[in-house]
Amino acid sequence: MTNIHSTAAEMASALAAKEISSVELTKQHLDRIAAVDGKINAFLHIDKAGALEQAEVIDKKRASGEKLSPLAGVPIAVKDILAQKGIPTTAGSKILEGWRPPYDSTVVAKLKAASVVILGKTNMDEFAMGSSTENSAYGTTQNPWDLARTPGGSSGGSAAAVAAFEAPLAIGTDTGGSIRQPAALTGIVGVKPTYGAVSRYGVVAYSSSLDQVGPFARTVLDTALLHEAIAGHDERDSTSINAPVPQVVAAAKRLDVKGMKIGVIKELSGSGFQAGISARIAESIELLVAAGAEIVEVTCPNFEYALAAYYLIAPSEASSNLARFDSMRYGLRVGDDGSRGAEEVMSATREAGFGKEVKRRIILGTYALSSGYYDAYYGSAQKVRTLVKQDFDNAFAKADVLISPVTPTTAFKIGEKSNDPVAMYLSDIATIPVNMAGIGGMSLPVGLADEDGLPVGLQIMAPVMQDDRFYRVGGTLEAALLSKWGQPILSKAPDLTVQK
Amino acid sequence: MTLDYKAATEKYEPTLGLEVHVELNTNSKMFCSCATEFGASPNTQTCPVCLGLPGALPVVNGKAIESTILIGLALNCSIAPYSRFARKNYFYPDMPKNFQTSQYDEPICVDGFLDVEIETDEGPKVFRVDIERVHMEEDTGKSLHVGGSTGRIHGAEYSLLDYNRAGIPLVEIVTRIIPGTGKYAPQVARAYVTQLRDILRSLGVSDVKMEQGSLRCDANVSLAPIGSGLLGTRSETKNVNSLRSVERALTGEIERQANRLEAGERIIQETRHFLEESGLTRPGRSKEQAEDYRYFPEPDLVPVTPDAKWIEELRAKLPENPADRRKRLQREWNVPDSEMNSLINAELVDVVEETVKLGAEPTRARTWWLGEISRLANEKEVAPTSLISTAFVAEIIALISSGDLTDKLARQVVEGVVNGEGSPKEVIEKRGLKVVSDDSALMVAIEAAIAAQPDTAERVRGGNIPAAGALIGAVMKATGGQADASKVRELLLKHLGQG
Amino acid sequence: MAAISRDDVAHLAKLARIEMTPAELDHMASELEQILGAVKRVQEVATSDIAPTSHPLSMSNVFRDDVVKPSLTNEEALSGAPAKADERFKVPQILGEE
Repeated sequence: MTNIHSTAAEMASALAAKEISSVELTKQHLDRIAAVDGKINAFLHIDKAGALEQAEVIDKKRASGEKLSPLAGVPIAVKDILAQKGIPTTAGSKILEGWRPPYDSTVVAKLKAASVVILGKTNMDEFAMGSSTENSAYGTTQNPWDLARTPGGSSGGSAAAVAAFEAPLAIGTDTGGSIRQPAALTGIVGVKPTYGAVSRYGVVAYSSSLDQVGPFARTVLDTALLHEAIAGHDERDSTSINAPVPQVVAAAKRLDVKGMKIGVIKELSGSGFQAGISARIAESIELLVAAGAEIVEVTCPNFEYALAAYYLIAPSEASSNLARFDSMRYGLRVGDDGSRGAEEVMSATREAGFGKEVKRRIILGTYALSSGYYDAYYGSAQKVRTLVKQDFDNAFAKADVLISPVTPTTAFKIGEKSNDPVAMYLSDIATIPVNMAGIGGMSLPVGLADEDGLPVGLQIMAPVMQDDRFYRVGGTLEAALLSKWGQPILSKAPDLTVQK
Repeated sequence: MTLDYKAATEKYEPTLGLEVHVELNTNSKMFCSCATEFGASPNTQTCPVCLGLPGALPVVNGKAIESTILIGLALNCSIAPYSRFARKNYFYPDMPKNFQTSQYDEPICVDGFLDVEIETDEGPKVFRVDIERVHMEEDTGKSLHVGGSTGRIHGAEYSLLDYNRAGIPLVEIVTRIIPGTGKYAPQVARAYVTQLRDILRSLGVSDVKMEQGSLRCDANVSLAPIGSGLLGTRSETKNVNSLRSVERALTGEIERQANRLEAGERIIQETRHFLEESGLTRPGRSKEQAEDYRYFPEPDLVPVTPDAKWIEELRAKLPENPADRRKRLQREWNVPDSEMNSLINAELVDVVEETVKLGAEPTRARTWWLGEISRLANEKEVAPTSLISTAFVAEIIALISSGDLTDKLARQVVEGVVNGEGSPKEVIEKRGLKVVSDDSALMVAIEAAIAAQPDTAERVRGGNIPAAGALIGAVMKATGGQADASKVRELLLKHLGQG
Repeated sequence: MAAISRDDVAHLAKLARIEMTPAELDHMASELEQILGAVKRVQEVATSDIAPTSHPLSMSNVFRDDVVKPSLTNEEALSGAPAKADERFKVPQILGEE
């Protein structure tokens, strides 16, 4: 019987077989949201009427025999950073409170075209700046595994919604790990595709050269299905890759890694990572070897500079990208009492409308780009980017995919790092190099850490536009883990309907 | 004691620098597909991209790149094999993203020049203006101030923003400093902008209408004592929106600076605004500190790397340089300078050339366009070219040359065509304007005239040729002006034994 | 590296158009100094022989045809405006001129 605990692929076949209607399936999820989201706070906006209306249209199309796309009728949650026409889009910020875009982002348009039912918009760190959703202007999202902990971020709302069975699929964005890290902390699959594989048009920009949209789901196959639905060239995004989308669904179904070379990144293993994480990673490596993969050790000496470079590049681009939030054309306006000029109102609005972390990064970025400091900071960071790319090139010369843990620790407590920006930044140490080089990466749940019983994520990385490789490895490992455990790890998560 | 311009330039040497902004005439904007039409109702030519809505992304208009390369080639520039857009970060409400997508250290065209000729006391002289760079950027929106001293309610001042113009492609053409122009600095500047405008027009890349702002000039000038070899502090004058203003603004600014220097005052590096009414400049708002634009490569756009083949294809499309072309046509048509200037000022060079290409005799083509047709156009307050086609003008001129029309008749034909009575042939037919060229009919009139003025006829017979005028006049009168006077004269003289 | 002063932050806040109280400026100055202390590590390896990478993919010449597509309507364009008048965005008085 299809229900909210089914996979998206199962839902899709049940819908295709008319065993369930999209309206029923959508209602099940809306009921679940009503039941548990008070605890999770994954959603910033639930579009109940819109979702049901869309589901009804899809059911009618199906009834009339119209050919529908593979995910037609399956519900989805969308990070509140993607513009959706007429639907509030805040990017987790007060400065955009109440803004309803007059246009659809390309990804939302593709979801609509694929007849996926959009349930609503999910919570996130303000403008995607953060690793815990604690920087959201609309409250923190709780981790379904432990409500005292964060689901990670910035796409924490999307990850929590999928982990809490509020939606089988979700869209996130990943600038330095914002899909992979919350996927790891909530025990689901999350993919940051190759930069340029999914259009950024309509995605509120944080750091343009690093931002990438990607899918969340509870299985590798579901993730691949969503990946295929949203990827592809977009003439409205100049940085979009004009090439065929890799065959990720086929790769996810392949379940075979014989002869593949898997590189373990020396600098992203051992000390610095929680013991329970390292143990699960080691176990995964054994399973991959058993499945016929060859393990090689690779070294990426410049990765240790990647974090520092990221915290110069991303804030610099952000300081420019966020300049448009000035209260003139949309969003919040503060202090317009008739006595102040436009400049003062801009400054007052930005003071009131941006949260602490956003201001911190804007100031940092403004500094890094300012005359006299550009070469020392922004310029140097771009050189580090070159070095990180070289490290990847060298590593991929030896291995088909690379692996590492996604995070140094499992889900941390809400409030634990919120007053220490640098400690918070360290959450992204293993994910950032991927964004710097523009390659793709997957976070795959590989079990629970012994010491705290919280999910552990394995990161699988592949060269540019070879995203199918991590689906192949991920799918194979997922199957091996399932047969080892007998059930998906999410079945070990607490029952939210009884948990306080 | 104040220095006048002459005294100022006897003492100080001006150094010029000119920045010209040109709005390209592409159909769509620089980074989005919105229309660029002038005068559309407010905020109807905007989209998420040019409004700077969250999430919107730019995509470069390929035509704008092509136009910019054409401009670079016409100005003898090198076309950079690799150029990039950069963000120029500063806040201004008419700039939707609060950064301008522009080009910074990697412009698309560099190192060109333009030779301009001006009239000096010693005759025509050519000045070479070195072009530093030609780069692309986007225009801003327009703001409208409401209220203030003219408003009715105190404190009700506000501004209104229209972003139709935001994102229209702009090309900025920057000269290097232009030394050595001496007192001719204002003329050199004017000649440069004029010639630049003509080139841009010949390339077909811009409407180049200064009064509509599609061509804008910022003029920099500094003064240093003659012979000092120094470079003074410059001012930048904006809001110069006619060719005449370029010259006036610089003349005024040179005088102003000279007088400040005379008074022992410093020149402040500042932006000044030209006041059309007075010909003077006034200071703009002084900036508390130098702006820090925090340029960095635009991450939403990829580099522009035109290959040699593309550049050569564009080079092959370049029209003849307008100044060279004019010299050639003046030679070919054998036109005096003053006449040529009249043609240029009336913007009739192109139509005359076209009329000549259609077989018309150059002098006639020039006279008709500049004379009768321009007169009619003036009356109707329209452009001469909107009144009549070059083909019709060429047809009428051919009829004059063949003797089928007199000038007087031809004027009536032109008038008929302009009034919409049809083609020249149709007008001639409808109005019955054929020259009376039937010899026998003319002979009847000639004999009648001789009979009426026998004494005059006798004088002509006796060799007093000029006396024939009275007889010819009588014949012309008798034929209602439809006879060809030269034909009448020929027949008459022959008849009186003087042919 | 020189310490980040309150004035430095005040200058940056002005460039970034963020109004800040003296207390915020002080707080931001110490945070900025801490962060810069961590990120300046990039200078250790960023030698002059390394070319900067500003973009992850090496793409070039992405152009659009010069074709007009429908714009937003005036109503759509102004739909998010905090204030509007006469089909335009109404904003506080813009001081100075350009």
